[in-house]
Amino acid sequence: MSILVDKNTKVLCQGFTGKQGTFHSEQALAYGTKMVGGVTPGKGGQSHLGLPVFNTMREAVQKTGANASVIYVPPAFAADSILEAADAGIELVVCITEGIPVLDMLNVKAALKANGTKMVGPNCPGVITPDECKIGIMPGSIHLRGKVGVVSRSGTLTYEAVHQTTALGLGQSTCVGIGGDPIKGLNFIECLQMFEADPETEAIIMVGEIGGTDEEAAAEYIKSHVSKPVAAYIAGQTAPKGKRMGHAGAIISGGSGLAADKMRALEQAGVVVASSPTGLGEAVMAAIKARKA
Amino acid sequence: MNLHEFQAKQLLQSYHIPIPRGEVVTSVENAIQAAANIGGDAWVVKAQVHAGGRGKAGGVKVVKSAQEAGQVAQALLGKPLVTYQNAPEGQPVNQVLVEQTLLIARELYLSLLVDRSLERVVVVASSAGGMEIEEVAQSHPDQILQEVCDPLNGLMDYQARNLAFALGLAGEQISAFTRLLKSLYRLFKENDLALLEINPLVVTEDGTLAALDCKMSIDDNALYRQKKLAEQRDWTQDDPKEAAAHAAGLNYIALNGNIGCMVNGAGLAMATMDMIKLHGGAPANFLDVGGGATAETVAKAFKIILADNNVKAILVNIFGGIMRCDIIAEGIMTAVKEVGIQIPVVVRLEGTNVELGRKMLNESGLSIISADGLTDAAQRVVAAAGV
Repeated sequence: MSILVDKNTKVLCQGFTGKQGTFHSEQALAYGTKMVGGVTPGKGGQSHLGLPVFNTMREAVQKTGANASVIYVPPAFAADSILEAADAGIELVVCITEGIPVLDMLNVKAALKANGTKMVGPNCPGVITPDECKIGIMPGSIHLRGKVGVVSRSGTLTYEAVHQTTALGLGQSTCVGIGGDPIKGLNFIECLQMFEADPETEAIIMVGEIGGTDEEAAAEYIKSHVSKPVAAYIAGQTAPKGKRMGHAGAIISGGSGLAADKMRALEQAGVVVASSPTGLGEAVMAAIKARKA
Repeated sequence: MNLHEFQAKQLLQSYHIPIPRGEVVTSVENAIQAAANIGGDAWVVKAQVHAGGRGKAGGVKVVKSAQEAGQVAQALLGKPLVTYQNAPEGQPVNQVLVEQTLLIARELYLSLLVDRSLERVVVVASSAGGMEIEEVAQSHPDQILQEVCDPLNGLMDYQARNLAFALGLAGEQISAFTRLLKSLYRLFKENDLALLEINPLVVTEDGTLAALDCKMSIDDNALYRQKKLAEQRDWTQDDPKEAAAHAAGLNYIALNGNIGCMVNGAGLAMATMDMIKLHGGAPANFLDVGGGATAETVAKAFKIILADNNVKAILVNIFGGIMRCDIIAEGIMTAVKEVGIQIPVVVRLEGTNVELGRKMLNESGLSIISADGLTDAAQRVVAAAGV
């Protein structure tokens, strides 16, 4: 078992014939992901990377039976692509695109809530279940199939967590990069809920960062709903106030969104909080040990 | 991206939202002329900088004559204004806004923003205008009013009325406030704002409403479709290094330490700053070079880091994902040679082909220290900077 994606997940790529779409679809195919085609309006009927290209998501889903899609279109077209996927009946939309206007995402989120489609991202590395399905831009080679569920707001910090759990031989069940935007699809709580219910996941690593209060909300949720050991790291302990640290969502505003508050909330919920990203592997080991004792 | 007060007020005016009569000027003569044009016997002269706390810092003065308006303009123009928000350097005052004064009966607070946990546009209002809203939220949470806007229906009249009555407005003011707030909502949506704050929104002695001060920031992600607003960006309000980095397409934020950082990924870049601090050093900047990390972007990034004279050592931290470490090492070496870096550069590489990448760096003959892991890198760079 795993969460969100596995060897049966059939994936379509939106923005398939573009540079990003092509490069990362090649990588996904090489990893063994069940890619079934892609969409580029106007290029329907062609073949790309040995897979069919469609004009619309509706047609693509009808012809391939896909249940997931990955989006590599520019920000101006991303909201349209997400909603097109949802309308075509896709269950999981993974949006890699960075730079989508916030007001677009407000409307998209409201529409997705109405039809039940799950979204990962935007502005994220994607989702991977090692050895089964890689959707996104993460390097497949650093992963090892195993027992730690990883959920993170940061791409490269997800790789750090993966690298360390691989080195320790723990491996990962599924890794979800939920993205660095303030308005996003799946958040910590939904991922924690799925990891808690997944029999293969034995421990969870959560990587947060400054901005917003999602980590505090997750801490509250962990207290009452998560029995599995959880380790965490929060990036941005030294970040200045009022400055956007790369990610659109990473900003301390009006005294809210501080790393220290998030770390405290998580510690109070029984989470082992690492003081640096290099401590994530040790922290998850400590969390597992503490839970067993 | 932030707008100046005078730019925000021009936008308010184009949506028929009442503001005091005023002129923005860049010289003493024009300030005197502006006061004469506006008329009356008292004016307010306001320094235009992208920071709050202007009043306490001496950037907002009431004057009783046009001559005095000129004197205040003289004192403010061309100098930095240091407020508690932009200390210690402050920001340059290139324009002052000369405005009529109003007879004020009440000061209210009004703002629109995107609430990230509710995932809605929210209107916040308070009868405690003129104060920092965070302070009001702390001391008098009962005085904070809120209406949440449905994305489909937008802000409804009843929501504006809820606020108007709760703020103690009456009579004509109820419909005036409703009109004003609905215009603000339209302005917010049509211009992709992230924040619109009117503090204070005043009720004058004759009972009319006016936006006395206004702060607006625009969603950076939406600037591609807000070209007119993007043109109004005032780069003099930012750190010059940040402006240069933006022009080079890099994500850079200047900090006060002496260790320059170059990292791929925003999260890892923040984490690298944290690591430096944890090991007793101080980061000079945040810099995300993005996924590619080609020789060209790395060279640009080095140049921007080195523009900061405080920098005594540089830490390059790259998690080579799909990009191989040997290619990244090649890029770093080319850039170090091209830029001619004299100070120590500690490089931490991780990912595919890491051994080869490290070997190349070690044998390069350049002032590059190849680190074994992030902890080692942080320790080495802190030691290297500790001159």
